[in-house]
Amino acid sequence: MTPTKKTAFLTPKEMIGFAILAALIFVVLPLALDTFRLNLFGKYLTYAFVAVGLVLCWGAGGILSLGQGVFFGLGGYCMAMFLKLEASTPENTAIQSTPGIPDFMDWNQITALPWWWEPFHSFGLTLIAIIAVPVVFAFIIAFAMFRRRVGGVYFAIITQAIAAILTILIIGQQGFTGGVNGITDLRTLHGWDIRTDEAKNILYFVNGILLFAVLFAAHYVRKSKLGRLLIAMRDQEDRVRFSGYDVASFKIFVFCLGAAFSAIGGAMFTLQVGFMSPTLVGIVPSIEMVIFCAVGGRLSIIGAVYGTLLVNFAKTTFSESFPEVWLLGLGALFIAVVMAFPRGLAGIWADWVEPRLSSLFSRKTGDDSTAAPKTPAE
Amino acid sequence: MTKSNGNSPKSTVSRRAVLAGGAALSASLFLPKNLRAQDYPTAAVNTTGLAVTDDTVTVGILHSVTGTMAISETGSVQAEKLAIEQINAQGGVLGRKIEFIQEDGASDWPTFAEKAKKLLVNDKVASVMGCWTSASRKAVLPVFEQYNGMLYYPTFYEGLEQSPNVIYTGQEATQQIIAGIDWVTKEKGAKSFYLLGSDYIWPRTSNKIARKHIEKLGLKVVGEEYYPLGHTQFNSVINKIKLKKPDVIYAIVVGGSNVAFYKQLKAAGIDMTKEKPVLLTISVTEDEIRGIGGENIEGAYACMKYFQSLENPNNADFVAAFKEMWGDDMVIGDVTQAAYLGPWLWKAAVEKAGSFDVDKVREASPDIELPTAPEGYVKVHPNHHLWSKTRVGKAMADGQYEVVFETADLVEPDPFPEGYQ
Repeated sequence: MTPTKKTAFLTPKEMIGFAILAALIFVVLPLALDTFRLNLFGKYLTYAFVAVGLVLCWGAGGILSLGQGVFFGLGGYCMAMFLKLEASTPENTAIQSTPGIPDFMDWNQITALPWWWEPFHSFGLTLIAIIAVPVVFAFIIAFAMFRRRVGGVYFAIITQAIAAILTILIIGQQGFTGGVNGITDLRTLHGWDIRTDEAKNILYFVNGILLFAVLFAAHYVRKSKLGRLLIAMRDQEDRVRFSGYDVASFKIFVFCLGAAFSAIGGAMFTLQVGFMSPTLVGIVPSIEMVIFCAVGGRLSIIGAVYGTLLVNFAKTTFSESFPEVWLLGLGALFIAVVMAFPRGLAGIWADWVEPRLSSLFSRKTGDDSTAAPKTPAE
Repeated sequence: MTKSNGNSPKSTVSRRAVLAGGAALSASLFLPKNLRAQDYPTAAVNTTGLAVTDDTVTVGILHSVTGTMAISETGSVQAEKLAIEQINAQGGVLGRKIEFIQEDGASDWPTFAEKAKKLLVNDKVASVMGCWTSASRKAVLPVFEQYNGMLYYPTFYEGLEQSPNVIYTGQEATQQIIAGIDWVTKEKGAKSFYLLGSDYIWPRTSNKIARKHIEKLGLKVVGEEYYPLGHTQFNSVINKIKLKKPDVIYAIVVGGSNVAFYKQLKAAGIDMTKEKPVLLTISVTEDEIRGIGGENIEGAYACMKYFQSLENPNNADFVAAFKEMWGDDMVIGDVTQAAYLGPWLWKAAVEKAGSFDVDKVREASPDIELPTAPEGYVKVHPNHHLWSKTRVGKAMADGQYEVVFETADLVEPDPFPEGYQ
């Protein structure tokens, strides 16, 4: 479990952070909310996968990606394709000119399933594709960019362009992708109806467990030598390069990891919401995901989860109470957070809560032997 | 909230009498039925736990009031609110005042699904007036089917759908297309057509039906092209049109692209006020002309079921009431009128069923008639679409349409047209 000698995987402080989040997700929310609200929080938590990936890429590695929606979307589409094929049995689609293919294909005069849909008949291949497709895509982007030492703003702009391109591609190829409507009316997973309340509850917990797996993976990376190298690269890339490290490989790795996290979130989104559409791939959602991360505190993986929950909860609440002006309220929230708490929620925690907590552990707070600059604790 | 049974009837009666009198004066056109709530005990008219009390019933309004679709959907929200207010002034539905909960779909399909679920599961609304784009309808459809809600959907759309949980108050594609093409063939002697549209399901399906019909008539389609939503460079297609010289430009361009398309068409010297080519569209209502500018589209023809300029007493009252509520500079397009029908059709179905239960409302819905519709008499078909007339209007410089043609009879809705797929 220990990535480097003498460093515990979790210090007591970090353990408290994880424990509080676990209590919130697995105990407080399920007890306090009805199925509908719980399912909403489940949806919010799928965005948290992306935000955690962004903490690694952006907060730790200094790679700002404005195109994480691409990977979220690819993961989600892979899942949606499997579910759609399962829902499009010849019996269910008897009304179509070509029964047995997804309804939107029939509307677009396509008479046979395209070859690249075939693998999605198999659940195993789908699970592989959910991770593999986005990661391979991320690898191609990252390899092309980082090997040429493209970084910073240029990288952000290119990722944004990729998000726009993929959206146009999906919308344009509506016979194969469902176009603007997306892939809708998903029903069952291996015969298990995902639309029932019971299924929603189970999916919420599956989602929570996967999120924790991702959080621990992110934490492991942060604690490892790789994590410290990432921070070093963010602060002084040239020095790391001159020290003999292959900077590009580390960047490619962390970008692919972020893409994999996003893809898991996307697949869970599809399962919980019941459809996937290009509105989740494009520029706006991609930027929104960066905002979740910024509000939570871009240096803190747990902060990112709270940021995602807070922003989305505010979005839902504001829009229910003030349907005509809620966007302004949300804008005000962002401005307030950025102006008053530039390090986000995690900054508030570090400045206000932690000093009081650490007095409890004042004798021995684990060893802070990490060489990295002091980052706000999770 | 619940009043004790001892004293409420008296006060209710007197209030209703006042309301009924007011309604009779203000809306003498509509025949108020004066159904009284106490004749319909809540326990009997609401067996499925909907938001119905002894004197109110709650419905949902679910449109985008923020985001890119807000411009289009605002008119629908206004029309629905107007209808609800008028129904309340007449004494409500089964003696109960309609209250509404409005949610914002924010031009975002997952948000539509989320809000639809909220309205049905948390608020237990008796029905929902809402959605505009096909994408938003597709997103909420599984929610309505799962929780057995009732959606009144106002937009003209591509058809290929017939949900037990939706009443489609707009036209499905054949209702909008076939009569228009017949008209342009007969009246304008059109022989060749150039089809173009924005690239998504509605224009593609509509053009498919148009092409089949044109070919059935033995005429020719000389070109068919699609452009992404939001596209603003139409020069290349305009050049192709000039080259092929079609008799009819059949345009299904949507949203902001319209502004660029009509301006560029005019700039390229295609004068729509001349005899040829005829421009026939099914996507430009009075609302869109406000953005395009009347002078840029003058002379084009649109095929709809409703135009603001329609002359009949129902429409005169509707236009006056709409302007009084929302301002004199308002224009009313086809979809706005269709949205206005939603609450009225629901009221009629509830009163026919004598119940708010969704299953009973669904059963009662076929053959509901609405003689007071601004577009004229409409009737619900068992396939949940409306029997409506098809009309052709000629765009004028002031942004209104002059009605030049209407079908003699109501056109039967046919969401799965045989021979057009």
